[in-house]
Amino acid sequence: MSDRSRAGVRRRPQRHLPLQMLLGFLVVYFLVPFWWVIVNSSKDAPGLFGGGNTLWFADRIDYLGNLQQLFTYDNGIYGRWILNSTLYALAGGVGATVLAVMAGYGFAKYRFAARRFSFSLVLGALMVPATALVIPTFMMFSEFGLTNTIWAVILPSLLNPFGVYLMHVYARDAVPDEILDAARADGAGEIRTFLQVAFPLMRPAVVTVLLLSAVASWNNYFLPLAMLSDNRLFPVTVGLGLWQGIASANNAGSTSLWSLIIMGALVSVVPLVIAFFTLQRHWRGGLSVGGLR
Amino acid sequence: MTLITEKSAPSTQDRTHKIRGKVRLREHVMGWLFVGPFAIVFLALLIAPLAYALYLSLFQKRLIGGTSFVFLDNYVKAFTDSSFLSGSWFVIRFSLVSIPLQIIIALAMALILDAVTSLFIRFSRLMIFLPYAIPTVIGAVMWGFLYSKSFGPLSDLFGLFGATPPDFLSSNLIFYGLVNVVTWQWAGYYMIILYAALQGIDPALYEAARIDGAGKWQIARRIKIPLIAPALLLILVFSLIGTLQFFNEPQILRSLAAGTIGPDFTPNMYAYQQAFALANFNYGSAISFALGGIVFVGVYAFLFFTRQRRSFL
Repeated sequence: MSDRSRAGVRRRPQRHLPLQMLLGFLVVYFLVPFWWVIVNSSKDAPGLFGGGNTLWFADRIDYLGNLQQLFTYDNGIYGRWILNSTLYALAGGVGATVLAVMAGYGFAKYRFAARRFSFSLVLGALMVPATALVIPTFMMFSEFGLTNTIWAVILPSLLNPFGVYLMHVYARDAVPDEILDAARADGAGEIRTFLQVAFPLMRPAVVTVLLLSAVASWNNYFLPLAMLSDNRLFPVTVGLGLWQGIASANNAGSTSLWSLIIMGALVSVVPLVIAFFTLQRHWRGGLSVGGLR
Repeated sequence: MTLITEKSAPSTQDRTHKIRGKVRLREHVMGWLFVGPFAIVFLALLIAPLAYALYLSLFQKRLIGGTSFVFLDNYVKAFTDSSFLSGSWFVIRFSLVSIPLQIIIALAMALILDAVTSLFIRFSRLMIFLPYAIPTVIGAVMWGFLYSKSFGPLSDLFGLFGATPPDFLSSNLIFYGLVNVVTWQWAGYYMIILYAALQGIDPALYEAARIDGAGKWQIARRIKIPLIAPALLLILVFSLIGTLQFFNEPQILRSLAAGTIGPDFTPNMYAYQQAFALANFNYGSAISFALGGIVFVGVYAFLFFTRQRRSFL
C-alpha cells in the first residue's frame, strides 16, 4: 500500500488493483502450458508416469540427459527438423518480404495500367483461405516433380497478399511523393530512388512483414504435411506431430518417446520466444498500420 | 534492370518538364516492374491452383472407366455428404462460440493494458502475447499434455477437492477443449492489434471527454471502442477465415483423442483425408474449392453488409 501513496504524488495514479489481479490470473493461464513443459522436460519416463506432482519437478532433474537423447534419437533427426524449419522460415520470410515490399511500393507510387484491378485481386486474395490452396498446389507440383522437395514448402510461402497490403498502406502514408520527385529531379533513377530514398522510410513496416511471414512459414503445418513424405525434410512442426502420433498409437511401449516430445516442444519454442523478446518493439508499429486502416 | 535505370534517368527530369506521354509510359513500365515479381507468384501459386482445383473438381476417377467429366457431381455429392456437412456445421458452431470469446477477452485485456500503467502491466502484455510465438501445432501438443490423463495436472487439481477431472478429450468436452486451445493461442495476438489501435488514439479526446464529465468506463465505451472498430473488424475477419479452415489443432489432438475426433471432423481434415489417405484428389479438390468459395463469399458478404469495406481495405 505504500506503493499507492507514493503513486498518489504523481499526476495520475493509474493503478487499479482489481484490474491488475484479473490480469494476473490471465497471465497465469497463458503461462501454465509453458510452465508444464519446462517442469516436465526435466523428467525421465518414471518421473513422468510415476504419478508425482505434474506441475512440479520430480526428484531427478535431468535436462541434459533429455536434451542429449533428443538430439541423438534416430541419428539426430530432431536437429535436422529444427534446421529445416529455420531454412523454410528464412527463405519463405525473406522471399515473401522482398516481393511484398516491391509490390506494395509499386501499387502505392505508380499509376500503371490495370493497377486498380490488380490491387483488388490482392485484396480478394486476403479472403482466400490458405489451406484451400494446399491440395491443388500439391497436384500441380506433383506434375512438375516438385513434391517432397524443399521447394514444395518454400515456393508457396512466397505468396503473402497481406504483406503487400501492409506495405502498400505504409508506403502510401510514410513515403511522400515530393521526396521521390526531389530524388528524381536530382537525377536518381527509379530503382535508386526506391532503394536509397523510399526503402529506408519503409523500414519499420518491412521488419514487421519480415517477422510476420517468417513466423507464418515457421508455423506452417498443413502444407509441409501434405507436400513432404521424406521425414528428413520435415519442419519441426510436422516432425513433432509425427512423434506424437507414434507415441499415442502404442501408449505402453513408447513412454520414452513422450519425454522426447516434451523436450522437443520446449526446444522448438525457445528460439521464437527469444526472437519475440528481442524484436518486440518492431511488432507494434507495423501491426497498428494493419489495424487502423 | 540497370539498363532500364540508366535509360529512365533522363525521363525523370522530363516529369517536371511536362512530356506527358513518356511519363505515362514510365509509370506503366516501372509500376509493373515493381509489381511483376509478386504478380508472377500470385498467378502461379494462387490463381493457377484455384483454377486447377476447379478443373479437377469437375472430374471423377473410377476404378472402371478411368477419369470422366462429371461437371458439378462432386459438388452435389459434397453438399449431400454428411461428413462434409457435419464438419461444416462444426466449424460454424465453433466460430460462433470461440470468436466472440477471443475478441471479448482480447478487448478487455487491451482496454486494461491501455488504461493502467505499471511494470506488471508491461510484463503481462508480453506474457499474454507469448502464445502467438508458438506454432499452433506445438500449442496443441502442449495442451494435449495438459489434458492427458496420465501426466496432465487436471487429475491432481481436481483430486484436491475429491472431484473427477473433466476429460477435455472426450466427445462431450472436446469442443471446449479446442475452444480453450484456440483462445490461448490467439487472444494475445488480437489483444496486441487492439492495443496498438488504442495507442493510436489522440489522448486529447479523453481529456475533452473528462472535462465533459465522462468516467473511465464511459470513455472506454463511447470513445475507445468506436474508434478501434476497424481493428475489431480486422481481427473478426482474420479469426473467421482462420477458424473456418480449422485443421492443425484437431489433427494433432486426434491421435490423443482416439474415437472422439474423426477424420472428417472439419471440412479441411475431410479434404485432406480424401486427397491423401484415399487418393481421391478430385473429390478432395471439390471440397477444398467449396470451402474456399464459402469462406470467400462469406467474408466478402460480411464486409459488404457491415458497410465497413472501405474503412477496412
